[in-house]
Amino acid sequence: MVASKSAPALPEPSHAMTGHADAPTRAPLFVLPDVADSSEPAPASRMHAEDLFAYYDKNQAIKGITLPIPDRRVTAIIGPSGCGKSTFLRCLNRMHELTPSASVKGYVFLDDENIYGPNINPVRLRRHVGMVFQKPNPFPSMSIKDNVLAGFKLNGMKVPRPDEVAEKALRQAALWDEVKDHLNRSGSSLSGGQQQRLCIARSLALEPEVLLMDEPCSALDPIATARIEELIRELRSRLTIVIVTHNMQQAARVSDYTAFFYQGNLVEHGTTRNVFSNPAQKQTEDYVAGRFG
Amino acid sequence: MTTPTSRGSGHRSTLLILPSGQVGEKSLKLIGMLAIILPLALLAVLIGTTFIQGAERLSGDFLTDLPSRRAASAGIGPALAGTGMLMVLTAAIALPLGIGAALWLEEYARPSRFTRFVELIISTLAGVPSIVYALLALEVFVRTFGMGRSILAGAATLALLVLPMIIMASREALRTVPLGLREASYGLGGDRWITLRTIVLPLALPGVLTGVILALARAIGETAPLITIGALTYVAFVPDSLSSAFTALPIQIFNWVSRPSADFHVTAAAAIIVLLTVMLAMNGLAIWLRSRLQTRIEG
Repeated sequence: MVASKSAPALPEPSHAMTGHADAPTRAPLFVLPDVADSSEPAPASRMHAEDLFAYYDKNQAIKGITLPIPDRRVTAIIGPSGCGKSTFLRCLNRMHELTPSASVKGYVFLDDENIYGPNINPVRLRRHVGMVFQKPNPFPSMSIKDNVLAGFKLNGMKVPRPDEVAEKALRQAALWDEVKDHLNRSGSSLSGGQQQRLCIARSLALEPEVLLMDEPCSALDPIATARIEELIRELRSRLTIVIVTHNMQQAARVSDYTAFFYQGNLVEHGTTRNVFSNPAQKQTEDYVAGRFG
Repeated sequence: MTTPTSRGSGHRSTLLILPSGQVGEKSLKLIGMLAIILPLALLAVLIGTTFIQGAERLSGDFLTDLPSRRAASAGIGPALAGTGMLMVLTAAIALPLGIGAALWLEEYARPSRFTRFVELIISTLAGVPSIVYALLALEVFVRTFGMGRSILAGAATLALLVLPMIIMASREALRTVPLGLREASYGLGGDRWITLRTIVLPLALPGVLTGVILALARAIGETAPLITIGALTYVAFVPDSLSSAFTALPIQIFNWVSRPSADFHVTAAAAIIVLLTVMLAMNGLAIWLRSRLQTRIEG
């Protein structure tokens, strides 16, 4: 069922292109846009889902999704509750299958490798595709520093220079200045927003290629949310980010590309500007205009 | 409405909606209060008289002396040592088995007819009278395994007795570790075993230990199973090996109380005070551990 391993390229967000998408058929969902007159080459895909189905028991949560995730860009997945956006995200690092009775069919490529292939160890994969969760979840029994380095411990890896690694990750997560004087305090002594940045630092310490964020700001106040959003914009130069959000304004603020999911289908996908200002599908238009959801 | 404290008052509470409810509510309150005060008062009298009776015999020597034919010079040395060793051995046997079973049921086994059956068996076993375990232990440990009337056989019997309680408490403790923390660990590339070892178990351990201590506090007072498997009622030495004969505090108390001489009743009262103190300390430790667990998980 895989058409090809090479993922379709996408236009840069700065170029106004009409996003193409169609109903839940198995036909290719994307028409390669004409990028000839782009001033900047279009980013290649870092990840690429192809014909991806996910189930809880026999219920289809996502129904044949094909979606490229452009390299070093922020892709937002929006849609009403229960549309399968979180499930899709959890398929990208094989977390979905940890739920009892959950299963997956289809392909997800990381670079050129199918992560659902027989030679892939899902545990090792998650080191390369990090994840930040809805609720900040620092390990309560560990100090701030140990939280940042927890990924190494959990992978049975030795940290070459623990202090440097921890500082670098905390700086990248814009948390260093706030915690540098009490790295040995418990991670749960921090505020909610700081805890979430600690969780981001914890993922970044392993230098993943892709970072998945499952509604990372939904438990945070507006100021903490703004800081995380700022951080996402900064990280974009370094790694590929996929963020699930039910907050359309947030998607518009932080993302380069937006995918709109509805009832397990990908309704539309394109540059964030196009999806929000010039959606091709009526459903997308209604959703971004706030007429449902 | 006050909380119904007995089945009778529970039924009556439905009548309180009627206009005459004022009277009903007042009397219910009174019954409820009596139901609380009565057992507390009985307990206070029991502890009070025991204390008054036995306090004179309490001393440092009493804790270390050997039992004697003369009540005044009798001590609980071997019994206290026996009880202490029993508890340590029981914990050493029951803890790994209990945690292992809980880990399997909670983390590894997929819900199936078999796991439901196992769960049913465990909760049934928790309610089986101790004498039944003792008879099983007499046949299996003492005779078939050839452990004899040793302290090891006693500990194995008590371990059997507390195992269901430990399994249930451990499962409960494992369940209190939030799913989010396990997911965080998986998300960083931790596998199941390392997640359990480095994230889940350290957080669940205080809860597990609380369950173990409460179970041991129950086992410490068990007399019948130990007598059944052949613990001695008169031991003039401190047990020095796993195969050594032994006695324990409740047996010693039982022995002294059943003597006709009133002097020995005083000695028994003193031994009861020691036993109660140990139990109280164990329960206090359990409460402290539990509150520590809560602050760690909630942050």
